[in-house]
Amino acid sequence: MFIFLIAQQRTHWILSQIQFFLYFLKKKSFSDVSLFRNTFLFIINPEEETVLSKGWMSFILLTYVECLWTVFSLELVVAEYHRKIKEAFEVFDHEANNTVDVREIGTIIRSLGCCPSEGELHDLIAEVEEEEPTGYIRYEKFLPVMTEVLLERRYRPIPEDTLLRAFEVLDSSKRGFLTREELIKYMTEEGEPFSQEEMEEMLSAAVDPESNSIHYKDYIAMMVVDES
Amino acid sequence: MGCGTSSSTKDRKSEKALKAALVIQNWYRGYSARLKARQRYALTIFQSIEYADEQGQLQLSNFFSFMLENYTQIHEKDPELVARLFGRTLQDSKDRQEYVSFVDVPDSYNGPRLQFPLTFTDIDLLVEAFKQQQILHAHYVLEVLFETKRVLKQMPNFTQVKTSPTKEITICGDLHGKLDDLFLIFYKNGLPSGSNSYIFNGDFVDRGKHSMEILMILFVSFLVYPNDLHLNRGNHEDFMMNLRYGFTKEILHKYKLHGKKILQILEDVYTWLPIGTIIDNEILVIHGGISESTDLNLLHRIERHKMKSVLMPPISIDEDQDTDLKKTKTGANVVPREGKTNESPSEQLPKHEWEQVVTVFSASNYYEEGSNRGAYIKLCCDMTPRFFQYQVTRATCLRPLYQRVNTMESSAIRILKERMLSRKTDLIRAFQLQDRSKSGKLSMGQWAFSMENTLGLNLPWRSLSPHLVTTDKNGNINYMSTFQDIHIQKPVKEAQSTLIETLYRYRSDLQIIFNVIDSDHSGLISMEEFRAMWKLFNSHYSIHIEDFQVDELAERMDLNKDGSIDFNEFLKAFYVVHKLEKLNKSDANLL
Repeated sequence: MFIFLIAQQRTHWILSQIQFFLYFLKKKSFSDVSLFRNTFLFIINPEEETVLSKGWMSFILLTYVECLWTVFSLELVVAEYHRKIKEAFEVFDHEANNTVDVREIGTIIRSLGCCPSEGELHDLIAEVEEEEPTGYIRYEKFLPVMTEVLLERRYRPIPEDTLLRAFEVLDSSKRGFLTREELIKYMTEEGEPFSQEEMEEMLSAAVDPESNSIHYKDYIAMMVVDES
Repeated sequence: MGCGTSSSTKDRKSEKALKAALVIQNWYRGYSARLKARQRYALTIFQSIEYADEQGQLQLSNFFSFMLENYTQIHEKDPELVARLFGRTLQDSKDRQEYVSFVDVPDSYNGPRLQFPLTFTDIDLLVEAFKQQQILHAHYVLEVLFETKRVLKQMPNFTQVKTSPTKEITICGDLHGKLDDLFLIFYKNGLPSGSNSYIFNGDFVDRGKHSMEILMILFVSFLVYPNDLHLNRGNHEDFMMNLRYGFTKEILHKYKLHGKKILQILEDVYTWLPIGTIIDNEILVIHGGISESTDLNLLHRIERHKMKSVLMPPISIDEDQDTDLKKTKTGANVVPREGKTNESPSEQLPKHEWEQVVTVFSASNYYEEGSNRGAYIKLCCDMTPRFFQYQVTRATCLRPLYQRVNTMESSAIRILKERMLSRKTDLIRAFQLQDRSKSGKLSMGQWAFSMENTLGLNLPWRSLSPHLVTTDKNGNINYMSTFQDIHIQKPVKEAQSTLIETLYRYRSDLQIIFNVIDSDHSGLISMEEFRAMWKLFNSHYSIHIEDFQVDELAERMDLNKDGSIDFNEFLKAFYVVHKLEKLNKSDANLL
């Protein structure tokens, strides 16, 4: 969307319109279309101060059309997100009644490409739970929240080099590996500690049986290949 | 000062370590979740395809009903054919001597030798022998089958069982030829005996490699403890299902000389298996479950041995237009739903009000190694049932999760691709309908829609797409890319690809039909029979194949030009080549 800023008498008014468009786009919500409509009416209902030349009228009209188009294509994107979320949800909906066990919500959210921390996950769950938690999450509550998460591109996954650097930080003597005990200590005592099950699971894949240590560079490389 | 700086360095260090730990934990949890999601997707694929196959069975069943309805016309044309299809009766016990005595056990045989009348030592003997991979000689198999039939004949449709505070009963679900699971159950729960009752709720055979061994152990245990080991008939205790799902093949492979005899007797034994078991007059254990129209009173009264197969309508040629039998066809034919046992309390009312339904399934790793656990239930009087779960593994410790998931996933994707291949023509047509500009590309939404509609499988297509197709940088799908690395091996070079595809798609149904015609299990049917059968099949399944093409095919199938077709060999030749994988010949036995 191109915004031409030209110094003119009406600049002040134009700028406020542009501000409004930007606000509208950031919100990305069709529910603001009413605001949209009102402003449009305001323009075609000329009053003394706001009579505009034909040139400016067509510019404003074009801008509105562009907005509409952006909203429309956004709606398409949102529709695709909806279908993606529905697919991921249905796979875990064992009773086919549009609910999933709350313990599987984390898996669903992560399978959609997001990487919330445990704390962030708790907050999300609080948002989608019923007022009185039943242990189940309903699709109707999950969908809008998850759509926002995807639209806002929240909880982006960790890039590979950040992960590598994290391991290198823990490997203070720069040996290229961590011992089993070291990894266990860090993972179960620091940050958001692992459960025993999580720890065992990680060790089963990460530990090199011959040296009984974790060669983190190889481990990361292996995991990345597996995912692609 | 020194303390100050060193403690702040320490703080900075531990803060860094904390951040690093958080990063790793966050990444790991995301990775682990994605693995679990992939595992679930693979399981969903297996289940969808299995469910779709069951719907396909309905079509086959309708075909046989259709044949029955047009019975008179067919009868006029080929009375022998009809007799073979519908009149599969076996003469009575005087054949027993014939069958069994003609089968000698050579001295060189070092497998288990059973002693009649059977005792618990025979059960032990069998278990030990099967653990050592031995095979029970056909002579004993036949003896056991005859004896089992004799005892089963005296039993009512529903076995009545009582529990007591000192006597619990264990209920096991589908085993599907997985002998290791049976051994695990016996290991955890003890062998069957007078004080250790069992109910096995059907589907003992098919799919797994040791269906015969399981059947023998169960039948022998039944003969030793007829009041404590109860067997219900499942939809796989059915000669037609065995044809499709592997038990027939297992028998013919393990018993090359006497396999056919065993198959004939087995067919009959199946029909005498009880329909269900009732515990304490409160709990019904039945394979396949119940529906709103299930009427127990009716089920008590039907003649269960007239049900040869869940796919065929019950009939015997001597009775014409037996309306009672026709009615029971829908009520009593237990609808095949894999792995569902049902138990539910009922009250003594003319119309049963069911309170609760429980499903139990006892074959772990059913789809693939690591796919699922198995379970059994222990019940007693008014106590709550207890559930026990287990999983068979070959190694002493589990492989890492990502390897297990990879195995499952590649297996699932493989069968999904084969499914796509069997519907290639329909799929391409659906894609091209959407691809107006003939660009070879579709949007994700369009592709997913076409896939779902054509294949009739409710799967998460968007998540699966990376495994099935290639995408361009705009996110559009090259829909033909699936078919580039996979094709059906043509047994006959000149045959048209649509014909090949049709044969591939219906190969299991065709195999069943042909095997049914070939009642003497010679593996051959005559050319006329093939043509007649194919024409009927063609019209009922609405396949658009010209008659002359079929005739040509028949000529080609008759490889040695003697007027008969070795259809098993022919159908075996239809296997799928995955270009990117090494081809095992054993994979050809997908039928």
